[in-house]
Amino acid sequence: MSASRSAKKMKWFAVAALAIAGGAFAFIALGGLGENLVYYWDASEMKSAGNKAVGATIRLGGQVVPGSIQFDEGTSNLAFEVTDGKEKVAVRSVGVPPQMFRENIGVIVEGTLTKAGHFESHRLMVSHGNEYQAPHEGEKVDTHELMKTADGVSPDEVAR
Amino acid sequence: MIALLGRWLVLAALAAAASGAVLGFTAARKSAGALQWTRRLAYVFALLMAGANVLMEYALLTHDFSVSYVAQVGSRASPTWVTIVSLWSSLEGSILFWGFILGLYVAGAAFWMRKKHVEAQPWILGVMLACGVFFAFLIAGPANPFHTIANPPMDGPGPNALLQNHILMVVHPPTLYLGYVGMTVPFAVAAAALFTGRLGADLLKTLRLSLLVPWTFLSIGIVLGGWWAYEVLGWGGYWAWDPVENASLLPWLTATAAIHSAMVVERRKILSGWTTTLVLATFLLTILGTFMTRSGVFNSVHSFTQSDIGPTFLVFLGMGLLFSVFLLAARIGLLEGKGRIEDPKSRESTFLLNNLFFVMLTFTVLLGTVFPLIVEAAQNRQISVGEPYFNRMAVPLGVAVLFLMGVGPALPWGKVSWKKLWSALLPPAAGGVLALSIGVALGGRAPWLLVTLFCGGYTLWVTVDAMILPLRRGKLAQSLAVMFTVGRRRLGGYVIHLGVAAILIAVAVSSTGKVTTEATLRRGGTAALGPYTLVYQGSSTATDPHRTATIAHVDVLKDGRQVASLSPRMNHYFTMREPVGTPAVHSTLKEDLYLSVMSLDQGGEVLGLRAFINPMVIWIWIGTAILSLGALLSILPPGKLAGRIALSRRRAPASAPPPAPEAGLALSSSEEGTA
Repeated sequence: MSASRSAKKMKWFAVAALAIAGGAFAFIALGGLGENLVYYWDASEMKSAGNKAVGATIRLGGQVVPGSIQFDEGTSNLAFEVTDGKEKVAVRSVGVPPQMFRENIGVIVEGTLTKAGHFESHRLMVSHGNEYQAPHEGEKVDTHELMKTADGVSPDEVAR
Repeated sequence: MIALLGRWLVLAALAAAASGAVLGFTAARKSAGALQWTRRLAYVFALLMAGANVLMEYALLTHDFSVSYVAQVGSRASPTWVTIVSLWSSLEGSILFWGFILGLYVAGAAFWMRKKHVEAQPWILGVMLACGVFFAFLIAGPANPFHTIANPPMDGPGPNALLQNHILMVVHPPTLYLGYVGMTVPFAVAAAALFTGRLGADLLKTLRLSLLVPWTFLSIGIVLGGWWAYEVLGWGGYWAWDPVENASLLPWLTATAAIHSAMVVERRKILSGWTTTLVLATFLLTILGTFMTRSGVFNSVHSFTQSDIGPTFLVFLGMGLLFSVFLLAARIGLLEGKGRIEDPKSRESTFLLNNLFFVMLTFTVLLGTVFPLIVEAAQNRQISVGEPYFNRMAVPLGVAVLFLMGVGPALPWGKVSWKKLWSALLPPAAGGVLALSIGVALGGRAPWLLVTLFCGGYTLWVTVDAMILPLRRGKLAQSLAVMFTVGRRRLGGYVIHLGVAAILIAVAVSSTGKVTTEATLRRGGTAALGPYTLVYQGSSTATDPHRTATIAHVDVLKDGRQVASLSPRMNHYFTMREPVGTPAVHSTLKEDLYLSVMSLDQGGEVLGLRAFINPMVIWIWIGTAILSLGALLSILPPGKLAGRIALSRRRAPASAPPPAPEAGLALSSSEEGTA
């Protein structure tokens, strides 16, 4: 076994390793990030995004519209409306809402906008800002501030 | 008074670290006396930091609300254990606690190497104490917990309720810190190797040990964090690719890679430069992680400057990065050995691949974690990177690492013939097929689950085979003695692999086999969950000084027979507006039954319940215990017995001849090891 032969082998090995690495990076560049972004929007932003919102993963923040909550105990189907003070979005989800869920409270729902026009949520989080107050008539809710304080957005954050 | 004393202790620690660092970089390299003084200053730094921490605990326990940190997190109603752990429940206290652990490591390392590494020791002490300067500065200035409050309040709010809610909060943060902070020591050792231009066998041993100790704590700390999330947060999972979780995972990935590449340095005298690079990167990632989790940058890129802590960390990170890059650029050429990899089929090649995969994993996780920050800073848009990205990227790489954990130890070092290659790699496939069959028979269908099971079974086969290898040679008693003495480091490495394989298999099974349901139950109502029936029996309340709890009682029936009675609860802390749930978990080796209260009305008439069957989750915790045991085996010094056995083997080679390794699993001496 000559040294040059094993050096050649070594070179092939290096090329193979780099090819794997390069392939993985292409994999990242092509598919990974872009498809799996989660957008943090309020109702107005989502409406203005138009068709882009359909199928995209969205974290929609807003306030629960009074009188809009409908919950079926038998099927756990939940429907309500979320508003940022200007636009309203109908939200549907399956699951028991958390204890704090009620009219006028700030919520974050994660899911996507369906073609039918309602928001299909698979995750419901309630804001737990201690100073939260319902906004005055016509005032816009700061939904982005709300997202910082929502329960379950990043629950570990406090701990570590 | 206490606040004043605390400030002075921290300032004195700052002075000790600064003078020690200066001495280490200058006079200590030339004079033994100066080196001794550097060590003394390291001890003084540790003592002062310990003193400041004891003082803060005293202030917490005596409810001295004139100390700013106590006013922030203290509460007379808190139980004593909560008051004690309040030290690390909030930002300023946790950085003070960080200083204490840094002191422990600095003093420990200084003592441990007091008679070693004459050439490298001044550099090592200097770099560690320079890090001490930064943290002492942070505690003295931007994150000072010892401000004096002129009109102290009568009582405080107590720490965050989520943190009070589970006993794991006592052990999780200290363990994680022991991992994070401990990476300062290998960083200093690697920097010293670069400064001196030499990474000899002795220093390499120190580097390996100084990596292994914090690596073990970091491994345990990460899992404990997941366990805490599982036991407290109530969403039925233990990992969500949260930035805070990722921050702890990143240095673990590079440290794991470094531990493996250090073994190639040991064996083949190559990759010295690469290993030091990985170690430097590990340290920088711990600082980046601390910056990300402690500065509040994830709450908003734009608001983190409201406190000085974030920018201070960023400056330190930048300085560390510049230091590392310049040091590497200037000195890495000196470390390159003459050896090379002779054969792509050898064990060292699999180590290279392992390193490649770990670096790719690090890159993937780092990109997904930092990307939202970049977007928000550049475009002022809020986004996050969803879990599917991480799963899609990390699962194939994780499975590849799991498979390599089987392939690597099956292959010999050096040259390997094709015949040897196949005879080493084929038999373990039986283990893979066995695990796969069991998985399919139990109903597993997800493609990645099946791939993971095969690779896991393969690796378990190789690992167990390698562990019992010494037993197949010579007399049992002697083999056992060899296994636990001279072969202990090697054994420990394989035990760690065993634990990691168990964890990865459990993660794959639990994330693909989850069964869940949500239901609203009135008293006596039932809900179905897989083969189980859940019956809501009613609720009760319990009152503690700092909270009241509403406890739901749910019976779990299977085939009409009661298998468990679970009591998930909702805790109302007096200082918090919202209730905090505590899920109830019934663990068996096969699966966990996990019940979480979503809502419960005052009289306990209506219960909103979320229930999960999480298969095999307990194996994550068991695997971690196995990992810890393995780490202990490979960290503890071999002891006197090992020396005697090695001696007797050398004297009388005929009585215990180490037979030529057949499948190439060379067991020559304690040099052989997997970690």
